[in-house]
Amino acid sequence: MFITIAIFIPFLAAILVPFIYKWMPSRKIGWFVLFVPLTLFIILASFIPSVAKGGTYIHTMRWIDSAGINFTTYLDGLSMIFGLLITGVGTLVILYSIYYLSEREALGRFYVYLLMFMGAMLGVVFSDNMMVLYVFWELTSISSFLLIAFWYHRKQSRYGAQKSMLITVSGGVAMLAGFIMLQTLTGSFSVREVIATIGQYTDDTLFLLAMLLVLLGAFTKSAQFPFHIWLPDAMEAPTPVSAYLHSATMVKAGIYLVARFTPVFGGEAVWFYAVSCVGLFTLFWGSFNAVKQTDLKALLAYSTVSQLGLIMSLFGLGSAALNGGYSADSVIYTQATFAALFHLVNHSTFKGALFMVVGIVDHEAGTRDIRRLGGLMSLMPVTFTIALIGSFSMAGLPPFNGFLSKEMFFESMLIIRELDLFSMGSWGALFPVIAWIASVFTFVYSMIIVFKTFLGEHQPDRLDRPVHEAPIGMLIAPSILGLLVVGIFFFPNMVGHYVLQPAMAAVYPPFAGAEGMVPHISAWHGFNYAPLQLTLGVIVVGVLLYLSLRYWRGVYTIAPMRWSLDGLYNGLLLQTERFTTVLTRFYMTGHLRDYLVYIFTFFILVVGGGLVLTGSFAFDFSNDAPITINEYVLVFVMIGAGISILFVKSRMTAIILNSVLGYAVALFFIVFRAPDLALTQIIVETVTTALFLLCFYFLPDWKREIASRSTKIINAVIAIAVGAIVTILALTVQGNKLFESISVYFEDSYALAGGKNIVNTILGDFRAFDTMLEVVVLFIAGLGVFTLIKLKARKGGQDVEDQ
Amino acid sequence: MKINDVILRTVTKIVVFIILTFGVELFLAGHHNPGGGFIGGLVLSSAFVLLYLVHDIETVQKGIPWDYKKIAALGVFLAVGTGVGSVLFGAEFLTQTASHFDLPVFGSTELSTILLFEAGVALTVVGVVVTIILSISEDV
Repeated sequence: MFITIAIFIPFLAAILVPFIYKWMPSRKIGWFVLFVPLTLFIILASFIPSVAKGGTYIHTMRWIDSAGINFTTYLDGLSMIFGLLITGVGTLVILYSIYYLSEREALGRFYVYLLMFMGAMLGVVFSDNMMVLYVFWELTSISSFLLIAFWYHRKQSRYGAQKSMLITVSGGVAMLAGFIMLQTLTGSFSVREVIATIGQYTDDTLFLLAMLLVLLGAFTKSAQFPFHIWLPDAMEAPTPVSAYLHSATMVKAGIYLVARFTPVFGGEAVWFYAVSCVGLFTLFWGSFNAVKQTDLKALLAYSTVSQLGLIMSLFGLGSAALNGGYSADSVIYTQATFAALFHLVNHSTFKGALFMVVGIVDHEAGTRDIRRLGGLMSLMPVTFTIALIGSFSMAGLPPFNGFLSKEMFFESMLIIRELDLFSMGSWGALFPVIAWIASVFTFVYSMIIVFKTFLGEHQPDRLDRPVHEAPIGMLIAPSILGLLVVGIFFFPNMVGHYVLQPAMAAVYPPFAGAEGMVPHISAWHGFNYAPLQLTLGVIVVGVLLYLSLRYWRGVYTIAPMRWSLDGLYNGLLLQTERFTTVLTRFYMTGHLRDYLVYIFTFFILVVGGGLVLTGSFAFDFSNDAPITINEYVLVFVMIGAGISILFVKSRMTAIILNSVLGYAVALFFIVFRAPDLALTQIIVETVTTALFLLCFYFLPDWKREIASRSTKIINAVIAIAVGAIVTILALTVQGNKLFESISVYFEDSYALAGGKNIVNTILGDFRAFDTMLEVVVLFIAGLGVFTLIKLKARKGGQDVEDQ
Repeated sequence: MKINDVILRTVTKIVVFIILTFGVELFLAGHHNPGGGFIGGLVLSSAFVLLYLVHDIETVQKGIPWDYKKIAALGVFLAVGTGVGSVLFGAEFLTQTASHFDLPVFGSTELSTILLFEAGVALTVVGVVVTIILSISEDV
């Protein structure tokens, strides 16, 4: 129950924020917001002991039960890790942002978006129902879009926001398709139920497709190659946002998805290769590209891409354990997953700290360009210390937590060489090689962050202002993260036992209670320990590469490096825009007649064609009631009015004749004893006539149109064809009873819905969902009319889009 | 040419109230008899449209200073809100319920949540129809 409420608390707080901000427009608003994640973190943390004992919490709120969509929240070890990260890092980021953002910024808006994101992210990790998960998933993309474009007057911000939105939402839609396929296979939207029953469907083609589509969602969200290009551009967001969304939480949603669906897809060769190879290549590509960056935030963005790849590849390797079920041999591969979860936690601590450090440098020195920075160590000693801790942890050095997870990473990569599943052969030897090379680059860029910024010569003439240490408030959050980095190194098994062990159980449900799933983490295994030798190798080669950086930098300028994915993305966007413009110009002529031709031709082709193809011409007049004199009168009145419209000279007469048609239809409803319809028809007719009169006021005088002979013929053909098809359709509907009428069901409306008016019980109860959405559509249409007319750009007016 | 609309003005003063009453009546009747939120809303908005036709916009705006966009928004909020409300009570989305109450003047009366839902529909219809007609007529 608490978990369900926890998802909604940030949203409720987000509703309150604008009101509080209006009443108290100062940065103190941050303290109110801070209260939200802090409370959630503390309450969530109180669940740790019981979850560590294997407890899970599930709560269902019925939503659309008949479609299998319910608001089910599920707390287990895996969602616990993410929940703690979201609320914990969220608390620190908000604390940091209070001092980072100036009073002049639109703080109200900022915190609304941030809280919205927090709620959506909690929704992603706590939802058991795939449809609900999808909604929250896209909501994180939307709030990320809003946050990246927070400084929307900057062109780069808008570009980055659009890019991230396009890429992550496309992936999300693919994931939705995958979810629907899973539901088609197993008949359930619940992840837990899918896990329980998926075993019998693994040979289905849909299974493979669903896997690939879900992976597409995960890869786009977690910025895996080749979708990583949105992450560097997302760095236009304010630094607290980058620290929170684009390193600690949102980009890990894809990792969460892979972990959550490992029990579903794990053990399959495609899953193993896709996740591990994409992850491994992303690891290499990210770290390789990070080295050439000169903007500290861009460097961190590529390093995040690379670290996400590392975690991803470990989950890929870990999935091998699920092939063939539990055995003493397979349990060794679960090590990789353990390392992944451990590194996930560690990455959030050191990367969060590093982002905050970069934010401080930017805030105090006015630039993030490492060519202009240097020698800040003596000016900013505290910031320097935190940067040192974060970077050395990222490089995998002791005594920091990154060292432990890096060693486990090497170990998992070495173990995978012995895997003889999935026709791997000797290719397995490549895994540790690539991992090692990528780690060398990781070491190099970690050193760049510390040494280029804080050591070397201070260049005050290249900076806009004198640099000094950040205010204490800004240092608290990164210091806490820095302490965690060191603390986890000394007490890793606390984390292992309380946080990682229950998560392992969630990733490997068939291995429940198995031995050897949770290794004892220790820093020292002796000199003959292969991962330690690899680490030493990384340090030696890394130092050499760092020192000789300027001699081999040229490698980034050789030709293949310049073919960038960014160019591909921009080109694609540009071409799409061009193509759609041409296409739209081609058929949007601005002539009403053309549009009517499109609509009616389509109607003739689809409905008329359908009638011909199915051959369902069956006229049966035997059941028809006799036609009375009233009906004859009405029909002739309508025919008369219809024909006269063609010959009248003024718009006014045409409108009135048109409404004669409408009112005659209403009379028909009365004759056929449908008072509801008659009432509605009369009022609709009245209101639309008034509307017509209003619109016609603005139109020029009605002139006889001079049309060429061919146009007239086309018009006549279309008119006659449409009339004929409608008539045939109406007659065949009566003659062709394909199934029993369903209206009998609604005759019990009083018993079923408590109303005697069947029409209204259908509108308000049986099909209330339709009505609700129609109301929404009506509202949107009304707003559309209003904005089109009232807010259209005046001629010569200011173009608000590009400033 | 100046149109003499004294008769229209005088009639409107009375007729508007009849239409408004009829609109409310239709709205409430909808549960068991012809009527309902959509029709009720349309009748109400036709009364407003009549007012705007007879008098000019400024005069009516002075008497009824509502923002019809907000009315429409309130309607959507009510319609969606009743759906969410049922979830909070542990039922499925958009579940409706009703029960009988003894009210002082009306006696035993049936009150139902569908009334709120339909009120949302009616408000949206009123808001949107008047918004559209006002926007178009003001666009000179």
